[in-house]
Amino acid sequence: MINRETMPARLVRILFLGLWLVITIFPLYWIVITSFKAPGAIFSFPLTYWPTEFSFINYTTLFEKSRFATYVVNSLLVSTLAATIATLISMLAAYVLARFEFRSKTAVLMAFLVTQMIPAFIALGPLYLLMVQLKLVDNRFGLVLVYIALCIPFCTVMLRGFFANIPDALEEAAMIDGCSRLSALFRVIVPVMKPGIVAAFIFNFVNCWNELFLSVTLMNKDENKTIPTALNGFISSFTIDWGSMSAAAVLTILPTMILFAFASRYIVQGLTAGAVKG
Amino acid sequence: MFRHISTNVKGRPSTRVGAPEALSRSRRRQFTIRRGLAILAFLLPAAIFVGVFTYYPMIAGSQMAFRNWNLNNLTDTSWVGFGNFRKIFADPNFYVILWNSVVWVVASIVPQFILGFAIALWLRRNFRFRGVYQALIFFPWAISGFLIGILFRWMFNGEFGVINDLLAKTGISETPIPWLADPTTAMVAVVVANIWYGVTFFAIMILAALQSVPEDVYEAAALDGSGKVRTLFAITIPYISTTLGLTVLLRVIWIFNFPDIIWAMTGGGPANQTHIITTWMITITQRGDYGQASALGLIVVALLLIFSAFYLMAIRQKKEVTS
Repeated sequence: MINRETMPARLVRILFLGLWLVITIFPLYWIVITSFKAPGAIFSFPLTYWPTEFSFINYTTLFEKSRFATYVVNSLLVSTLAATIATLISMLAAYVLARFEFRSKTAVLMAFLVTQMIPAFIALGPLYLLMVQLKLVDNRFGLVLVYIALCIPFCTVMLRGFFANIPDALEEAAMIDGCSRLSALFRVIVPVMKPGIVAAFIFNFVNCWNELFLSVTLMNKDENKTIPTALNGFISSFTIDWGSMSAAAVLTILPTMILFAFASRYIVQGLTAGAVKG
Repeated sequence: MFRHISTNVKGRPSTRVGAPEALSRSRRRQFTIRRGLAILAFLLPAAIFVGVFTYYPMIAGSQMAFRNWNLNNLTDTSWVGFGNFRKIFADPNFYVILWNSVVWVVASIVPQFILGFAIALWLRRNFRFRGVYQALIFFPWAISGFLIGILFRWMFNGEFGVINDLLAKTGISETPIPWLADPTTAMVAVVVANIWYGVTFFAIMILAALQSVPEDVYEAAALDGSGKVRTLFAITIPYISTTLGLTVLLRVIWIFNFPDIIWAMTGGGPANQTHIITTWMITITQRGDYGQASALGLIVVALLLIFSAFYLMAIRQKKEVTS
């Protein structure tokens, strides 16, 4: 069935896939183009699909009129810290869940999966009160702690799939040679599954970089805001400055897109690991 | 089912019985306490984080649903039984929002599924730039729902939006449509954005499932003279039906709980007409009425549990009928 394809079928396929590619790329193209238009050109007819002149004025206004540099630093700091710690912690949990058989294993896995099902917003209010008690509201490290917890469940499930692909003879050999289990994990297994771990880290990083509702709830002072929180402030005002807004959107999307380009193959592998077993 | 066993034969032999295996088995049995402690130590950090910052707030949130709990008046946090639920059910807005949530899920997931399936089928055949193509259509995933909302809010802008411009250029609609200012078109706009976002997920999941169908099944079907359409419905779809069923279920739950796009595009407006339950919950939380927000959350959990139970029953029954 896969080997035969008639000419019309081939045309339909190419046409459809091409059209979908255009539809997928267009919103991104449009925001990039908008960000390079001078403010006058954004709000004038006819709309131009390719700017007559490229202007960086939206980018300069963004950094002058808002504390965008601060937001970027905050987002970088919070996302990097949270993603690193979450990946390490998930690695330990995933290793045990992939290698050991124990009675409460299914329960532990279920406990992780349930967190993905329940609307997180039910926890928003109580989490805020908890953070008030811990004196961690409006604290970037407080947000890091929350983000670690946010990343762990899915990251663990994803890494568990990667561990399962590595024969356990590998660390058994290392342990017979006198390694402890922990050092066998870090010296023998981690180097082998580096791509999977990098993918998990990137996935966590992007999730934290993009997270909105928790940071809106927990960060109030302007100097503590992450990029999405700041953008949420921009869109709640009555008139949106679409020029700087598009510049901000481009700067937010760019790093995650670059990271995803590196890791997409492994992320897809991690996401579909359950599906392939059919 | 038994097909899997036959495919395993090709892979590495599952019998890895040898001296090291037997050795490690006996060692594992000997130090059960030590083994238990190791398991505990490895799981503990994850358990602490998820317990403190996810489970504790969720459980605390659940009991708030039965209390009068408002940030603006913390002196009276008495238990009110089902008072919060009664208030919700008495609010005519709730039924509008519930209906919106259903529309949001169904109108998003059906096109996502169909388009995703089509793309997956077409991507099964290898072509020169398939890897690049997959990476390109994968990119919406790198963007948050919130930012996608912003992108589409700008494209659906009533005055300077590119969508109105394209509609005028193609002659579909000459008069500009105030997309996000009108309740009906606003719902259309947020659903379009969500469809755009979700197609890739289905495409990738379904493609992975399709690739798990062994080639020899198709060869057998071709030998028996089965046509393309028949092969699709008689072999491909039944073979991957479990994956399809579960993917759809996960997606329904996920989209039901996905407020980001709506939040960025309309904020639930105009006049609350595009709120779904989760955007409504966030609005109430921001007002400080944690009691009512939690009650809504429990309603969502209950609805999703009931739906999942019926759904799983339905697909199981269907399987028994077909097999």
